[in-house]
Amino acid sequence: MTAGLHGDVWAALGSVMDPELDEPITDLDFVETCTVSDEGVATVGLRLPTFFCAPNFSFLMVADAYDAVSQVPGITHAVVTLADHHASAEINGGVAAQSGFVASFEGEATDELDELREQFLQKAAMAGQDRVAQPLVDEGAGPEELAGMTLGQVPPSGDLTRLRERRAKIGLAADDDAPLLLHKDGSRVTSAQVPLHLRRARLTRMSIETNGEYCKSLLQTRYAATAP
Amino acid sequence: MYEKDGEKYFVVDSHSHFWDASRENWREGREEFAKGWIDCFYGYHQLGPPETHWDYEKYLKVTPEDFERDMFEEGHVDVAIFQSTYLKEWYTNGFNTADQNAAMLERLGDKVIVNGRFDPREGDAGIKQLEADVAKYGHKGIKLYTAEWNGDSRGYKLTDPECYRFFEAAQSLGIKNIHAHKGPTIWPLNKDAFSADDVDQAATDFQGLNFIIEHAGIPRIEDFCFMAVQEPNVYAGLSVVIGGLMHARPKFFAKVMGELLFWVGEDRMTFGGDYNIWTPKWQVEGFVDWQMPDDPSCSDYPKLTVDTKKKILGLNAAKLYDIPVPAELQIKTDADEAMAPGEQLVAGS
Repeated sequence: MTAGLHGDVWAALGSVMDPELDEPITDLDFVETCTVSDEGVATVGLRLPTFFCAPNFSFLMVADAYDAVSQVPGITHAVVTLADHHASAEINGGVAAQSGFVASFEGEATDELDELREQFLQKAAMAGQDRVAQPLVDEGAGPEELAGMTLGQVPPSGDLTRLRERRAKIGLAADDDAPLLLHKDGSRVTSAQVPLHLRRARLTRMSIETNGEYCKSLLQTRYAATAP
Repeated sequence: MYEKDGEKYFVVDSHSHFWDASRENWREGREEFAKGWIDCFYGYHQLGPPETHWDYEKYLKVTPEDFERDMFEEGHVDVAIFQSTYLKEWYTNGFNTADQNAAMLERLGDKVIVNGRFDPREGDAGIKQLEADVAKYGHKGIKLYTAEWNGDSRGYKLTDPECYRFFEAAQSLGIKNIHAHKGPTIWPLNKDAFSADDVDQAATDFQGLNFIIEHAGIPRIEDFCFMAVQEPNVYAGLSVVIGGLMHARPKFFAKVMGELLFWVGEDRMTFGGDYNIWTPKWQVEGFVDWQMPDDPSCSDYPKLTVDTKKKILGLNAAKLYDIPVPAELQIKTDADEAMAPGEQLVAGS
């Protein structure tokens, strides 16, 4: 039973994203340990690429991991902690007490992290337009065609699903009738705007992916001695 | 000067350090932070080629002899610009102060330029210190680390009224170049610590200053590019870009360079080797040998010409700092000229 539960917990952790890198923490190798006791207590240890990784993103990941694991049927209690970080104490204490970000960093934060999360989902939705549109451009689709295209007209792909999910989370149109190309405010991109819009989308994707590459490199270096 | 295939490159390393991260300098009660900081740097160090890796102890503090050899004898650097970063909350005598850097002035003379720093949270005393530093060292540039801790404060913004006071003071003292770097712990913690919004505003309000954004705004390189394209006095400092990606992640290095050449342009990009995170030798040699790949994913990006590399490796920074360049190594660059943004890159925003 514990083995099955362990798989469920791992799957739950796979739904937790690094908000900045837009990738699951399990793919990023941020989950250092994950065990489930016979009593159904899940103990998860997280780690990050550097001692000074931004505390806001770090808090989100630890809190999201706690929520995801706690909701797994059969788990009676979840203990999620972050190691080797300058704000480990505040983050671990705050998440365990479910006291929120502002209370955990009293005097240093003015709001919960919803706005920050939304900002990065917007970037992810921008980057996703490059992922979906670039293959179409490669096949010869021009600005006119791309400006008129809807999500329903795009061949199904993992990237398309991902784009829909990111958009849905921030209230942007994500159904079959939704335009493929959208500005941040949800308005349509005109055919004249398509070339620059796609350059921006590509740059945004490149930035997110490059940050991811840095983080993976630094994590590998930091934990080389303990790598499998 | 570096020579390859008959071409001569005047090299200005516009982002270097001479730091003291030795254990003796770790502030009592803050050892964890002092160690965390240098460990973080040591992680970056290892993104360079394996044969350039040092052991940790050497990395903590190099000698003046190491610096001279690594930069000038082996590293091809003609002029190095020191960027001072104090971090006195963690390092008793400071991590990398102007005084530490200036010790190299006596030894190396015109080969080094020492940039100062200021911290707007220090108020009138800070302005006085800035005046004294400029009188003593003749600073033409200032390094700002907006995420520096200071008492209970976890950082500041370039648009803070106090910071504007310092910009005005700096400008009247003859300072021309502001190197800005952001770190991840600025207040309030719920905001995006790396946001480039404040650079945008400050660059607009202080047209007489150049803003060299180190690490090209990474991890917000897209925000940096969208902003830089509209601000003629904003530059991309390539510190960490070349050192952190050229060897470890070459595919992404190509994309970052391609995007910077498109949005920012070759006249507004400056080389920084980031000594002693890395030595300059492999970066200079590697960059001169480097070319945009023929890969289809890079087909929209320009190939680099010899002139592009000459500007980036030294001539742009030489112009920003009025560094004399031997005539046979000089070519024209538009660095330090007011350049209008390309309208085609701003429309429809």
